[in-house]
This record gives sequence, C-alpha cells and structure tokens, in this order.
Amino acid sequence: MTQSVGKSVSRKDGIGKATGATKYADDVVLPGMLHGRTIRSTIPRGTVKSIRFDFDTTGFTIVDHRDIPGTNVVALIRDDQPYLVETEVQHVAEPILLLAHADRDVLFAAKVVIEYETLEPVYDPLASAVSFKEISIEKGGVVASLAGAEIVVEGEYRTGHQEHVYIETNGVYAVPEEDGSITVHGSMQCPFYALKALKGLMGPATPVRVVQTETGGGFGGKEEYPSMIAGHAALLAMKSGRPVKIIYDRVEDMVATTKRHPSIVRHRTGLTRAGQLIAMDVEVIIDGGAYATLSEVVLSRGSIHAAGPYRCAHTHIRARAMKTNTPPNGAFRGFGAPQTEFAMEVHMDRIAEQLGMCPVALREMNALVPGDTTATGQTLRRDASALECLREAVARTDFIRKREAYRGTSKGIGLALFYHGAGFTGAGEERLRSRARLDLTGRGVRILVASTEIGQGTRTMHAQIVSDAMGIPYEDVEVAMPDTAVSADSGPTVASRTCMVVGRILERCAQEMKARLAGRTPAEYLDTVGPLSVILEHVPPPWINWDDDTYQGDAYPTYAWGCDVVELELDPDTYEARPTHVTAVQEFGRPIHPALAQGQIEGGTVQGLGFALLERVVMRDGAMANPTLTNYTIPTTLDTPAMDIVMLENHYEGGPFGAKGLGELPIDGPAPAVVNAIRHIGLDLRSIPAIPETLLTCASL
Amino acid sequence: MRFTLNGSAVDVAAHPMKRLLDVLRQECGLTGTKEGCGEGECGACTVLIDGAPVCSCLVPFAQADGATVVTIEGLGGTHPLQQCFMDEVGAQCGICTPGMILAAAVLPAGASLEEIRIGLAGNLCRCTGYSAIYRAVQAAQSRRT
Ligand code: FES
Ligand code: FES
Repeated sequence: MTQSVGKSVSRKDGIGKATGATKYADDVVLPGMLHGRTIRSTIPRGTVKSIRFDFDTTGFTIVDHRDIPGTNVVALIRDDQPYLVETEVQHVAEPILLLAHADRDVLFAAKVVIEYETLEPVYDPLASAVSFKEISIEKGGVVASLAGAEIVVEGEYRTGHQEHVYIETNGVYAVPEEDGSITVHGSMQCPFYALKALKGLMGPATPVRVVQTETGGGFGGKEEYPSMIAGHAALLAMKSGRPVKIIYDRVEDMVATTKRHPSIVRHRTGLTRAGQLIAMDVEVIIDGGAYATLSEVVLSRGSIHAAGPYRCAHTHIRARAMKTNTPPNGAFRGFGAPQTEFAMEVHMDRIAEQLGMCPVALREMNALVPGDTTATGQTLRRDASALECLREAVARTDFIRKREAYRGTSKGIGLALFYHGAGFTGAGEERLRSRARLDLTGRGVRILVASTEIGQGTRTMHAQIVSDAMGIPYEDVEVAMPDTAVSADSGPTVASRTCMVVGRILERCAQEMKARLAGRTPAEYLDTVGPLSVILEHVPPPWINWDDDTYQGDAYPTYAWGCDVVELELDPDTYEARPTHVTAVQEFGRPIHPALAQGQIEGGTVQGLGFALLERVVMRDGAMANPTLTNYTIPTTLDTPAMDIVMLENHYEGGPFGAKGLGELPIDGPAPAVVNAIRHIGLDLRSIPAIPETLLTCASL
Repeated sequence: MRFTLNGSAVDVAAHPMKRLLDVLRQECGLTGTKEGCGEGECGACTVLIDGAPVCSCLVPFAQADGATVVTIEGLGGTHPLQQCFMDEVGAQCGICTPGMILAAAVLPAGASLEEIRIGLAGNLCRCTGYSAIYRAVQAAQSRRT
C-alpha cells in the first residue's frame, strides 16, 4: 500500500510554475493569430442609437450581435444576459461589439463612437423594483417567539463588493479547426459551463470544444465569466477564420467582470436573559447587478448560512437578490456565506455585549452540536465540530485573558465561529450527476475529469486519492488537462466539491479499476485484454432529503467548521486597523494533502482579511471608479500578519478517505473576527471594508 | 539593442519605448515573465536588471541597452528556490511565482523573516497568503548553506 493520502506529496504541476515553462493563455501564440478586443457600453442604462467607426477598418474583423449564428444569450440559469448588446444597455461595460486585428497596437487605437439614448439607472438594491430571486426559510413560529422573548437585539450589517484579483486576468483563445469546429482554450474553472454557453451561441452547425489552459487563480471569478469571453473569441475566430486571442488587461478585468455581491443583512433576535437563542428573524438583500447570472444560487447559499452555526427553534430567513444597473455580480469564494455569516457573527458580539456576557460563553451555549437541527431543519450528524473549533481557538489564543488585558488599549481581539456546507446545495448534486473517468495507462492510470486545477491542488489531491484507492504509486497516476472532448463531466470546479464529491467518484473508479485488473499490472492488462476505461457517476448519500420549494431538509451532505481569532491594533492617528496575529482553527474532515490544505486556509484567510480591511470597490455612475491595483489594494506581505493554522479532523463517511470540502470555509471567518476585534477596541462598526475613513466616523461604544 | 540576457549576449530589434516586458515575451519568446497589472503594482513581471529586481512593465526597452537582464528562464531549473517553491507549496496557481522567485533570489543569505517580508512586499500573491512563500524562501536558504 502506497499511502499517499495524508502526506504532503510533491505537486503534480511539476517544476514548470517555478521555471516559467508552464504556459498560460497569454503565453500561447499561434500562426496567424489575431488579437481580440471588446467594445463596451459607457452608460449604465439606455439604448444604442448609432455606431460609427472612426478608423480605417481594413484588416479588422468586426462582429456585432447580427453575426451570432445561434442564440444571443450566455446560457447559465436564467438565460437573460446577451453576449452582445442588440439595443438595450443594462450596465456600464456591457459588450456591444468585437474587433480583431493582427496588430495589437492598431487594434487598441481603433475608435468606435456609440450614441445612446439614456434611461434612469437604478443603483440601490433597496430601491430596485426587480428581484431575481426570493427565498424564505421558515422553522417554528418566529413572530410569536420574538414577541415573547425576554431580550430582543436588532441590527443591520453591510458588506461591499469584492474583486477577485486573480493575478492572471481573464483570457482565452479560440481556434477555428479544419473540420469547421471551434476549439476555445482558456483560463477557467468550468469548461462544461463554457461548452454549454458556446453551443447555444454558435448553434448546431458549428461544433465546439473547450480546453482549459493553466489557470492563474480563479476564486469564483472564472466560474461563469469565461463563458462570455470564450463566446466572444469564438465569434471572432469564426468570422475571421483565424485563431483569436482575447486577454483582458487589469482595468478591463476589474471594470467588466464579476465581483462579490454587496449585502445588507438585518437581524432581529430574541433570547432568554441567560443568553439562549429563542427566535431569529433575518432579512438578506444582495445586489445582483444587471443580469441574473448566478445570483439566485449565491442567494441560496447565503441564506442557508444566514442563521450561523447556532441552534434556534424559531427562525425565519427572508432573502432576495435585486437587480441594479451595475455589472453583474457573481461567484466569489464562499458564494454568499461570507456576507451572511459576517452579519451573524458581528450580531452575536453585539448580543453578548447587551447581555453582559462573554462572547465565547454565548457561542458555547448556542453552537450547533450533533443531533441539533439547522435553520432548514437538517439534523446534524456526528461530524459537526463547532464547539471543538471554538474551544481550541479560545484555548490556543488565551482569548479570555487577552480580552481583559487589552481593555482600554488600542489593541483588540475578536473571534468568529462559522461553518460551510460542502458541495452543491440541496438536490444540486443529484441533478448534476457528475461523472469521473479513469483510463488505464502502461504504468498506471490517467484521470480524466473536468475539475480544474486553479492553484488549489486538484491534480495532486485527485491523484493521491486514486493512488491509495488502487494501491499503486502516486507517481503512476497521471492527470489530464480538462478537455470537453475527452474528460468526463465532473461538474464545475466550485462549491468546495472537487475533493469531497469528485474525489469520491474517483475513489470508486479506482476501486472498480483495481477489481477489473484482478491482480494484473496495468501493462499486463493492456497486453492481454486491451484498453480499459472506468466511468462512474456520483451517488448522493442516501440520507439526503431536500425540498426545493420549502427550502427544508438536508441543505448539504456535510459541513466544515471553523473558528478564527484576530488580534489587531488601531493606529490612534491614522485610524488604520492592522491585524497582528490570526489563529484559524478549521475542521474539514480529513486533509488529503496537509500542505495544500494549509495553503487553502492561509490564502482564504488573507483574502478574508482583505475583504474586511482593505478591499473597497468605489462605484461611481454604475462603474468601478478604482479599477487598478494601485487604487484597489489587496493584502501584500506587509499587510499579512503571522498566522497559526490548526486543522482538526472529524471524518465524513461520504467523502474520499473521510474528506469534506475546504476551499471556501476559510473566507467565512476573518471579516467578522476583524470587526469584533475592532468592536473590542471600542468602535461600533457594522460594515466592511473597515478602511480608516469608515473607522473615523464610527460611534464609540 | 545589445544587452546580456540570461548570460548570453543578444541583439534585439524593438522600439525603444516598448515595455521590456513585451520585448521579453514577444521578441525574445520568454513567457515566464508574467503581466498582472501593467502598472508596477503586482510584481508578476519582475526581472533582474544588473542584479536588481524591477517591474519590467514599467521599463522602456531602451533601458536594457548594455544592461544585464535575468528572467526566470535564466535561473535554469536547478536554483534551490525553484524546487523549494514547489516542495513547500509556495506556488499555487503559479502566476506570481516567477516574479516572486526573482525577488527572493536577491535577498541576502540568511535573511530574517522580517527581511523576507519587506523584500517581497512588491510582489502580490492572491493564492497563498504568503506564508508558504516564506517557508519556501527559508527552506531554500537552509538548502544553500
Ligand atoms: S505587471 Fe508589472 S507590476 Fe504588475
Ligand atoms: S500562487 Fe497564485 S498568485 Fe501567487
């Protein structure tokens, strides 16, 4: 038995990322390749009246909506977003025209003049009359329980946009093939999402294929958006008959692509005087931007997590995603949960304050334990670890003593308790019916799945699972680049599902492969019997019971749990809050590769600190007004404190080797822990980012 | 323009105002140098000019005249930092890695954690939270000594 699971084996990426040999989309140049450019709207709402080309169009390929052979819609859930504007403009930076040219400088010098008739835009989600989705999750009787509660605490909490800032911007290239088909290669998380959208766009006469290129970060930002840019490149390639590459520069990437949904969450909570949660009434509003894209599923995950990791007999969560005339917001690590868990955890510290209780004691009293039911009525199984995470974090950080010791100083310490459902919500995985494929090779096996490596370690972790399940050396497992022509559709690389769900299918494929080999080596099998492929489908755990209409039941097969403690200092002159130490205690089943898992926690935690303290999207007239890395700052080494990462184990029987999902969990905790630490210093902060300008205007406690 | 590129004397024809980043990637075919922002903020385009790390997106090609330029390709593949970045998971998506390694390559031997932090402050990484990068740099240092 090789036993690679649980060990930090060397990554499957090889040395290429460290030598510069690995090719990303922009590194590929093909003979005859053209550069593509997107001409975008400059108004938030209105109609296109005229388009004029103020340049010599010789040598240019120009595409507008009339060139679309199929349907002018980015097929996803609601099918409301066009690839190219026909007449109506719904947001700034909406694609209207596509240009391609062999010379990039000539291409970007081209001037297109567009005249519009403008309409009044809506920017405030609270003032918007159009909702993309409304969700109500009800348990018990919240109205009567609130009326009878000894204490009622209310509050409103807000979070802003967050930009992904993957260091590799969005980019693809499309290649017209000799057989009349088009292949799109690109930086992306979900090749089969792009394929579905491209099929609709290109119509039945033009077969399409999607191949992932090495991807320089995603974090959700390359979940749905690449379908758009892939379509644009495909249209230009089809019209020009040449390969076309579209690479966004940083400004275009920031202005035009998706961001984390801004949120407004309102809590009314009833408790006993001793601190027991009796009733929770929660209202969630997220700003969806101009098209539905993924807002309804972001809202779904956000609202399911809105009551936090707490036991409460009477809860009502009402959530809605509103349309505004801003670029569509979309998937971002955590998918709505960081916003709603932020509100819950800041609210919990305010409750503790009003009750005169220690924030730890309040959480200990109410934290979900095995056998409790969540807001959707899901009974938690054995692997629920809220209390274990809380106690470990409190003990390691000497939290109680520091809470006292820092009082009255410019230092603060705060914590947040959180959880994150792994895999698609409710019946999602059952609908998806993901598949994984394993092919026999001369040495071992090759994994063929659509799950993408975007830095998190998909290749390595999948290979570890297969190697141990088959009992062959890790080195003998190859991992193919996702390619819709050959890879099994293992579903999108999202929702903390790549290890738990896809890894589990691969584990079963490997067991099946081993049984078929029946003691023969791969080479012997190939020689005597011939090629062998095993393709299996996901089997959801039998206990999953979910009702999409009532939002009742098992929202996720399991949850990962965490408790973060942030220590920070407030500069009394600049009002800058600087984290000095972060402790992150997280339980996610079993780490398949401890070093990769630690990297997910460290990276996600720092993104969470950025969300809390630095990252502010300034929206002006419906557009991001600070679309550069100079003016939108993410944490540098100097903004990043020392971190103590603790991984607790509580195996999940439905995951490969006991693993749950991890990717998103780490970003749920840092922001509320930061705000609770700032509160500990004495500032009544209810929104993020906690930039100095905001802190200066905060009321003192 | 004549200059020394990764140890060899070269003569490259390109517009003197073209960004060194583009000359390296396009004219020289060295795509290990990455573009993350084009405005000197992210450090993905870091190269060494006469031994000092610079953002090649801010440098006009004219400044390479007579200089010694080292890109990630110039480290070969055997520099301790390269193996340590992979071993310690200092590279996740890898897009910041070439620039990060070049910035780390000029840190003094035995640099403290604080010196490493300061030395890498111009290089953004969105994946790792930097801790694994520090571990990689420290591992490479101990491997060198
Ligand atoms: S591309 Fe040069 S610093 Fe970002
Ligand atoms: S490894 Fe992805 S940006 Fe650093």
